[in-house]
Amino acid sequence: MLRRSRNSGQTFSSRLRRIFDLTFLSVTLVVALGLLALLTAFVLVLINAAHLTLARYGISLLGNPRWAPSSNHFGLLPFVDGTLITAAIALLIAVPLSLGIAIFLSELAPRWISEPLGYLVELLAAVPSVIFGLWGIFVLVPFMRTSIDPALASANASVDSTLHVSIPLFTGPIEGSGVFTAGVILAIMIIPTISAISREALRAVPQPQREGALGLGATHWESTRISVLSYARIGIIAAIILGLGRAVGETMAVTMVIGNSDFIPTSLFSQGQTIASLIANEFLSTYASPLAASAFLEAALVLLLITLAINIGARLLVWRLVKSTGGGGIE
Amino acid sequence: MKLDRDGRRRIFNWVVSGLCFLCVVVALVPLGSLLYTAFLNGSHILSISFLISPENPVGICVPGNCSAGGIGPAIYATIVVVGIAALISIPVGVLSGIYLSEYGRGRLGRVISFFTDVMTGTPSIVVGLFAFAVFVYIDRAHAFSALDGSVALAIIMVPTVTRTTEEGLRLVPNSLREGAYALGIPRYRAVLQIVLSTGRSIIITGAVLAVMRASGEVAPLLVTTLFSPQGFTGLGSPAGLLGPVIFFYATGASPLLVRAAWGASLLLILAMLGISLAARIALRNRFK
Repeated sequence: MLRRSRNSGQTFSSRLRRIFDLTFLSVTLVVALGLLALLTAFVLVLINAAHLTLARYGISLLGNPRWAPSSNHFGLLPFVDGTLITAAIALLIAVPLSLGIAIFLSELAPRWISEPLGYLVELLAAVPSVIFGLWGIFVLVPFMRTSIDPALASANASVDSTLHVSIPLFTGPIEGSGVFTAGVILAIMIIPTISAISREALRAVPQPQREGALGLGATHWESTRISVLSYARIGIIAAIILGLGRAVGETMAVTMVIGNSDFIPTSLFSQGQTIASLIANEFLSTYASPLAASAFLEAALVLLLITLAINIGARLLVWRLVKSTGGGGIE
Repeated sequence: MKLDRDGRRRIFNWVVSGLCFLCVVVALVPLGSLLYTAFLNGSHILSISFLISPENPVGICVPGNCSAGGIGPAIYATIVVVGIAALISIPVGVLSGIYLSEYGRGRLGRVISFFTDVMTGTPSIVVGLFAFAVFVYIDRAHAFSALDGSVALAIIMVPTVTRTTEEGLRLVPNSLREGAYALGIPRYRAVLQIVLSTGRSIIITGAVLAVMRASGEVAPLLVTTLFSPQGFTGLGSPAGLLGPVIFFYATGASPLLVRAAWGASLLLILAMLGISLAARIALRNRFK
């Protein structure tokens, strides 16, 4: 490109220069369009690669509870369940914490505190998933087994006995690994996502909004609750949805602590499997059978469509937000 | 003690502030524990010989030679495979980022930019299976190969590089472009020589962070490069990168393997800390 540009400088031909300009524009345009093509190719290639099971079972696999590739049973229900349950646990833990973090860092803390703390929270997002998994195996799983899980189990038992019900949440044998622990590790991993985007949403709230409430005699928290949080609501919802997207697709850390059982979890202490961890764990041992490989690709297709829907929804909200607040410094 | 209404409100304000601060502390405990454990378990194994010597994939002590082996081959494989991914993804990402920032201000640009954002949310294991499906279709014998992994990692890196390039170039003041046009410099040269070099630091930072993230990836590699204790043995054959070393050795039977996994983790963590700190300093000096 540079060599060509020098030539054009020597010729001084405006036509040549126009051709170079157009060439450069079209090269960048083609590459950028390539990104759209790539995303389309994702869906098409996965559909094509999963055509065996798609043709034979369609989407009924999603409702089928039996996964036994050796006898051609490819039910994905246990993994859909595992994915939904772990993601729900992760959101239940991560959303309140992330909102607290976002409010503290953007509304309550002075800048010299919020800067370094914000940086540390962001560091969580930079740790590779597999290292969370390693830490999970050697620190989190034993900790859950000895401290958290027994406490939750006895709490569950006492609620059961006082109310004469049986709540199937924290029951069954305590292994340390399992669906609940996977949810906890996911929560840790999506906190930076949710808190960072919520912070952006809070930061986008115009300053007069706060000053108005403070001027009327509100405390800092009251001004945050009344005039900031309601204003930033859409951005916070988008942040939560993006966190959900990350939780659903997260693979390695979950794979290393969820216990990898192919059955529908019967309680939160059960070992289980998410769609992503299923692929990570079992793809290698079974891909040689065309039908099994196709089932894995169908699982991947399902995961792709779920995350696409989640991300498109969240990004639409973010974009609406950017538009409604005047787009910040962009454009 | 009876408080008036304002007193209660003030106390409630402090309680909520305290709770919010507690949220930050709770979130940072796992980070602290993770860093502490990694340093505790990894620091005594991380040495020059660990970084260069070949792996000891069985993790068994032979009398007279009881070392955990090293991660030299894995580091080499990571450099090669991630390097190829960077060679593919950085030019692609920078070019599309240039389009989005310099030309694509209309509807098409917004659509591309939107879906690039959406792509960053695609699970990496799905990208891995996509690359696998493509490679199986092309050449079944080399379905699992280093090149396959490079392509998967490149696809994961492209959206990040694209968006950071776009954002970086948008920060370049318009007056620079207008000045260039006023001097009669063609647009493509203005972009390549003036806009690009002004936004360089952000683009480089984005690319380095993308490379860093790719170096710690595992999920897409499990279905593309597979694993090989020999590290990199050719573009057409399986390769063993750093991330998979941690995964496979973490659950290894021998404590030697687990030690090697911690050593590899600490190496990645140190690189991550160093790079994110450097990125922060680089960007602050430039734009704050």
